[in-house]
Amino acid sequence: MQSIPMHADFSQTARPAHDPLVEIEGLKVRFFTDDGVVEALEDVSLTVPRGKTLCIVGESGSGKSITGRALLNQVPSPGKVVGGSIRYFREPDAAPVEITTLDPRGRDMRAIRGGEIGLISQEPMAALSPVHTIGNQMREAIQLHLKLGRKAADAHAVEMLAKVGIPRPAERLDRYSFEFSGGMRQRICIALALACSPRLLIADEPTTALDVTTQANIIDLLLDLQSELGVSVMFITHDLGVVAEIADEIAVMYLGRIVEQGDSVSIFKDPKHPYTRALLRSIPTFASTRGGRLETIRGMVPSPFARPTGCTFNPRCEEAIAGVCNRVVPWPVNVGPGRTVRCHLHADRAEIDRALESQS
Amino acid sequence: MFSFILRRILLMIPTLIAISVVTFIVIQLPPGDFLTALTAERAQQNETLDSSLVLALRERYGLDQPWYTQYWLWISGILFRGDFGQSFEWNLPVSSLIWDRLGLTLIVSVTTLVFVWLVSFPVGIYSAVRQHSPGDMIATFLAFLGLAIPNFLMALVLMYFASRFFGQSVGGLFSPEYANAGWSLGRVWDLITHLWLPVLVLGSSGAAALIRIMRANLLDELHKPYVEIARARGVSEARLIFKYPVRVALNPFISTVGWVLPALISGEVITAIVLSLPTAGPLLLNALFSQDMYLAGGLILLLSVLTLVGTLLSDILLAVFDPRIRYT
Repeated sequence: MQSIPMHADFSQTARPAHDPLVEIEGLKVRFFTDDGVVEALEDVSLTVPRGKTLCIVGESGSGKSITGRALLNQVPSPGKVVGGSIRYFREPDAAPVEITTLDPRGRDMRAIRGGEIGLISQEPMAALSPVHTIGNQMREAIQLHLKLGRKAADAHAVEMLAKVGIPRPAERLDRYSFEFSGGMRQRICIALALACSPRLLIADEPTTALDVTTQANIIDLLLDLQSELGVSVMFITHDLGVVAEIADEIAVMYLGRIVEQGDSVSIFKDPKHPYTRALLRSIPTFASTRGGRLETIRGMVPSPFARPTGCTFNPRCEEAIAGVCNRVVPWPVNVGPGRTVRCHLHADRAEIDRALESQS
Repeated sequence: MFSFILRRILLMIPTLIAISVVTFIVIQLPPGDFLTALTAERAQQNETLDSSLVLALRERYGLDQPWYTQYWLWISGILFRGDFGQSFEWNLPVSSLIWDRLGLTLIVSVTTLVFVWLVSFPVGIYSAVRQHSPGDMIATFLAFLGLAIPNFLMALVLMYFASRFFGQSVGGLFSPEYANAGWSLGRVWDLITHLWLPVLVLGSSGAAALIRIMRANLLDELHKPYVEIARARGVSEARLIFKYPVRVALNPFISTVGWVLPALISGEVITAIVLSLPTAGPLLLNALFSQDMYLAGGLILLLSVLTLVGTLLSDILLAVFDPRIRYT
């Protein structure tokens, strides 16, 4: 891999809101497996704006969940953060906390987990302990981060459960997770994640395992809670329909890289990366169902052990430039206020030639 | 919960009746009875048993009656008079023979169970949490060794070492001077100093198996979303592991309470004979050989009761520990 020309300074351009909560820069995560090293995240830079919703979009294996876990310093083994930085701005003008350098098991990191960054996962069925009551787990979370006695913690738990729409919350504290439906469990998980008023909520495909009506309810709930609590949300999903509904900012990921990012409106209106365009074309709509076939992206996501050279999307790309896209890794190109795209179609030709030259 | 326990206790009654009937039939199944076995034994020693004496004895013990009459005589004696009948071979009441044996059997098996738990619980957890670490490798190696070595072989080797290097009187649960003495503090201490060997031998394979089970179960649980989510709410690692995955992986430990007794009686007879333990296993084996039916029947019946109680205990514990069992 050749070095990436610093054409567009990512951290500058990708910050439309001037008040970032989290700034990720050049994040690299590798998985050291028995079968080889997987580059799970490669030079990922993005900004979570304070009080807004950032959607990370991508297929499975694109690294979107790992990005969320890295924020919690909780990359599952055998994964390791091998480069880059994650700066967490607790207060707008205070010095940031560098999350990657904190001890993953240390007190500081644990204070941030749950207390300042909450996580809800894609499997509400499995995200709660099967042998502990809801109240037990909520009390645990609350007492870890808020200085509350048992009674006060219970009262707070009841309040949170009521907030997420659990009927008769006081009675439900003594119930076990298996006594609730999937949608209810996800509500409980949301109450758990938000119980200590975190500044950021990482929602890792929170609606994937739910049926469509429940999905809509959960999304509405998240939107309501966000405006009520002012929490920033990092929403990880592959569902562009959901993205359109909730996103302020979007980052599209493909095979461990962010290929396009910017504000939601302009990305939906004018997607620049061929992958983003293909994703948008493959959303089923009522207008296109009659007689037509749903558009798909040709090919498959390549194996993480056999990444294509150059732009990792080039074998599936309709617009790939032979001799360029399969040879040179594209760099982030500035394509508008707060918008970048990693694609040679938008890059300066002279710069591409220089990159090709330096390679040969 | 109360109705669950009551239901289980009521269910034990028909189970026990079935066990007693089946036991009795099985004991009666081999051709002949104690007297034919006795006659044959005497014949081997070139003695003859007076056939009129045999007839008289047969009548006296009711051996000429059909099996259901014999069964009724036996079971009604137990139920109404606490009389387990007479051991033919020992010429003693069965009850005077078995209580001591059963007591020692219980002591040996409970101690073995505690030993198995104390070893396998921490080692299993360590093995799973530090998977593929040197410590895990060593634990795994020892566990497979424990599973693979036959108990009687281990018993012989340990006995050799104990007697050769520590000068301990090996075999049995007591030193000769205490073997037939009444209970005293000295005898209890003597028992404790002798217990380690059979417990080590009998517990090794169980501990090895439980280490593997704990490790496998915990490895399954360690990466479940509920663990990750608990970690993501800031729970410290040690507390996290003990509170969530270990708790869920605990079920096999609790289930073993019920198995320990029957496993010890039926599976470990060889070990008990090698170590000449005064437990129920060898006594039962002898009784079956000589067709000493009341002794064999009494032993099996009491062991069944203990096993049922053990199973009940483990089920109650399971229900207490796992709400998924309690509510279904």
